[in-house]
Amino acid sequence: MTDVSNDVREFASQEYQYGFSTDLDTDAVPKGLSEDVIRLISAKKHEPDWLLEWRLRAYRHWITLEEPHWQNVHYGPIDYQDIIYYAAPKPKPQLASLDEVDPELRTMFDKLGISLAEQERLSGVAVDAIVDSVSVATTFKRKLADVGVIFCSFSEAVQNHPELVRPYLGSVVPYRDNYFATLNSAVFTDGSFCFIPKGVHCPMELSTYFRINAADTGQFERTLIVAEEGAEVSYLEGCTAPMRDKNQLHAAVVELVALEGARIKYSTVQNWYPGDADGRGGIYNFVTKRGKCAGANSKISWTQVETGSAITWKYPGVILQGDNSVGEFYSVALTANHQQADTGTKMIHIGKNTHSTIVSKAISAGHGQNTYRGLVKTLRSAEGARNHTRCDSLLLGSDSGAHTFPYIEVKHPSAQVEHEASTSKISEDQLFYCRQRGISEEDAVSMIVNGFCREVFKELPMEFAVEAQRLLSVSLEGSVG
Amino acid sequence: MTTVTSTARTSATAAPTVAELLSRLGFRPSGPSPAWLTQARHASLGWATARGFPTLKDEDWKYTRLGPLLDVPFERAGDGDGAGRRVSPAMIDALTIDAASTRLVFVNGLFAAELSLLTDLPEGVTVTNLASVLAEGGAGLEPFFSRPFGEYDHAFTAINTVLAEDGAFIQVAADALITAPIELVFLSDAHGPPVMANPRSLILAGPRSRVAVVETYAGTSGGVTCTNAVTQVVLDEGARVEHYKIQDEPDAAFHLALLDVRQGPGSRFSSGSVALGSKIARNEVRVRLEGEGAEAGIDGLYLPRGDQHHDNPILIEHAAPRCTSRQLYKGIVDERGHGVFNGRIIVWPDAPGTDASQTNKNLLLSDHAEVDTRPRLEILTDDVKCAHGAAVGALDEEALFYLRSRGVPYEAARALLTYAFARELLDLIESESLRTHVETLVAGRLSTDSDGTGAHSGD
Repeated sequence: MTDVSNDVREFASQEYQYGFSTDLDTDAVPKGLSEDVIRLISAKKHEPDWLLEWRLRAYRHWITLEEPHWQNVHYGPIDYQDIIYYAAPKPKPQLASLDEVDPELRTMFDKLGISLAEQERLSGVAVDAIVDSVSVATTFKRKLADVGVIFCSFSEAVQNHPELVRPYLGSVVPYRDNYFATLNSAVFTDGSFCFIPKGVHCPMELSTYFRINAADTGQFERTLIVAEEGAEVSYLEGCTAPMRDKNQLHAAVVELVALEGARIKYSTVQNWYPGDADGRGGIYNFVTKRGKCAGANSKISWTQVETGSAITWKYPGVILQGDNSVGEFYSVALTANHQQADTGTKMIHIGKNTHSTIVSKAISAGHGQNTYRGLVKTLRSAEGARNHTRCDSLLLGSDSGAHTFPYIEVKHPSAQVEHEASTSKISEDQLFYCRQRGISEEDAVSMIVNGFCREVFKELPMEFAVEAQRLLSVSLEGSVG
Repeated sequence: MTTVTSTARTSATAAPTVAELLSRLGFRPSGPSPAWLTQARHASLGWATARGFPTLKDEDWKYTRLGPLLDVPFERAGDGDGAGRRVSPAMIDALTIDAASTRLVFVNGLFAAELSLLTDLPEGVTVTNLASVLAEGGAGLEPFFSRPFGEYDHAFTAINTVLAEDGAFIQVAADALITAPIELVFLSDAHGPPVMANPRSLILAGPRSRVAVVETYAGTSGGVTCTNAVTQVVLDEGARVEHYKIQDEPDAAFHLALLDVRQGPGSRFSSGSVALGSKIARNEVRVRLEGEGAEAGIDGLYLPRGDQHHDNPILIEHAAPRCTSRQLYKGIVDERGHGVFNGRIIVWPDAPGTDASQTNKNLLLSDHAEVDTRPRLEILTDDVKCAHGAAVGALDEEALFYLRSRGVPYEAARALLTYAFARELLDLIESESLRTHVETLVAGRLSTDSDGTGAHSGD
């Protein structure tokens, strides 16, 4: 028992491996938020009037809102006037090839194990690398263009495809949605846009790496993915961030739209700076992610592995509007040291025979606090709706906490909704069994935890599954054995 | 007892504040009660006034709209004594399980001695009404009225402390084993303006004692009533208490209740409740496991139909090592009924070895029925075994088909399967006479269709 406690203490003190910051010249607007700052952001990005108007509407609504405090996480007050709302690496001439990418930037990605060149040659993954708020390099564009897929930065999409952006922007997460989504709507600087036309199966996994670089720069990304009738796409998002003392706010918005028969798979590995062993610093990850199965027979699937951030607060959800549509949510959330996570999903059943599956695995170590909060709602129209929810929590250490807050609201008698959850510490028997066979305690715990998360990992695309397992093992290092 | 105070409400739409409601109910802070009680009432008044009524934004009240209750201009209930009283001994007999058992009857929260039966009390138990204990100074009762306000408290429990005058008082001596259930009957009776009653009961079980208590809530139809009841139970080391509650108030009634339980080491508490009546009923149960190795089993059945709303907020706190708790709540929701389960388990850091489980199952019988369920776990230590589950669904089509293929008519098959769903809970009732009594009530409810029209999802 004491062994385990020691292990856990060591685990909890695991250092952040990706804590470094690269010195890039940053072109930033002054601190603070006002209509002028929003106009400035919009002007810098040469945005059309409708978008500026939309931002301003969001801002005017935002100033009437109060910051929510119902969530089961605790943090000091955020000074919204002390944030730089726009920072872009100094403009560079248009790049013709990867060789022209800033070598410093390349080195940074190399350190993270995401060499763009390697990626292009070996893994077949198109990477839209985002440093701070501006897309720097985009690969595989030509290949994607051949099949009609548009995959570009949000700003480019606004310039080149406004007719595709405008009808869908805010259609899933309206600018009035919630405090942080509204803030994002007012000040978002960039993000990714992805459009898969009717009947097209995207020939490769789409991937974006987000990175927070300049100190004191909150990141306000906005991602929009639209899959037309019968289209299919798998999208990967992964994050690491440099070590900072001051908390950094990240309030992103992700919107997914699936028309009739479309399928969208969205996977995330999040490993932002979690703060030091005493809970100082670290990223506030307050994200609004939502998908809409607008057409019949469509499917949206969220998979997330959350190991970073001081505070993770997000509920990727699916609005199941089309008949027979399917929503899925698979999640692994690990909190160590003083990390806090309040995450889960929302499944809103509107159409007939809509199905949803929720699998959540939470691991708490050290002083980590992990909360699953999920809403399953079936409206009166949702005849034959079906949901199954499974959420399990694993506790490592007596100071850790695991909380489960499901909300189930059913208004149709033919709906079937089931929820099961369990919470326990790591099994002494399993540990003993492994150790008896000569497996070190650390390896045994890592193995058991990986087994605990297997159901979720198998949903990840291959590249991510490997990274996710590595992340989890790294996070568990020192915690055990 | 005719303290009709100002009923003037400037606007018909705005809900009253706590202070307005209390002034209408006639709070008399300087009654003949002990000084500590007056002080506790003042403290509760101040707290409730500052806090205000709960709203849908309060997590524990999220699914219960209080508007219909707060809109009613309630007055303080008199004891219904005299010409107007419509409660007869025959009515009490119909509500009790055993005509010979010890019983206390309260009308609008006030003791009705002539309807009660307190002869042949077994040895080792005190059964009386709270007012008589308070009249003698209420020695030792101060802690029950002066508990510090916590996160879970709300205006209604505080209002009960401000206004409570009477209720049951049951004290069981160490090692006393009381085999026959003690029955408490609470009747609401309004034949004039709407009235609100605030009964307060105490059940104190000494070390290694055993007792069973049945609370029945019913009323006369016609008027509008609100029962705002608080029952506090304390189990000493090794005590065993079975608590049952039958809530069958008229359809126009409002029912708010709190059962607050504190358990000592090795004690065992079980609670079984059946909710049949009321327009809006909220049956709150809070159990705090304070002694090592205590066990609690909290079960409930709710059967809202018509426009009824049944809310079941449960809070179980594991505050000592190696305690066990189990919850099983089932809802059968018909017509436009609305069932809510709001179960919460908190395992505090100093409660290693906790074993807690929580199950909620719901059957929806009509297109307009609604169920909201929230089984919540909050766990602050690692050496625990906790599980919860919730399910919502309709009757099994295959089982229905099976019965019909064997010649059982549709309605009968449906009633049979619905009753089978409830049966699991009824089987948990230990006392046979009580079980038969509850079975009759539930079967009676399930075999009658209040509107008789085919509002159900057909085959």
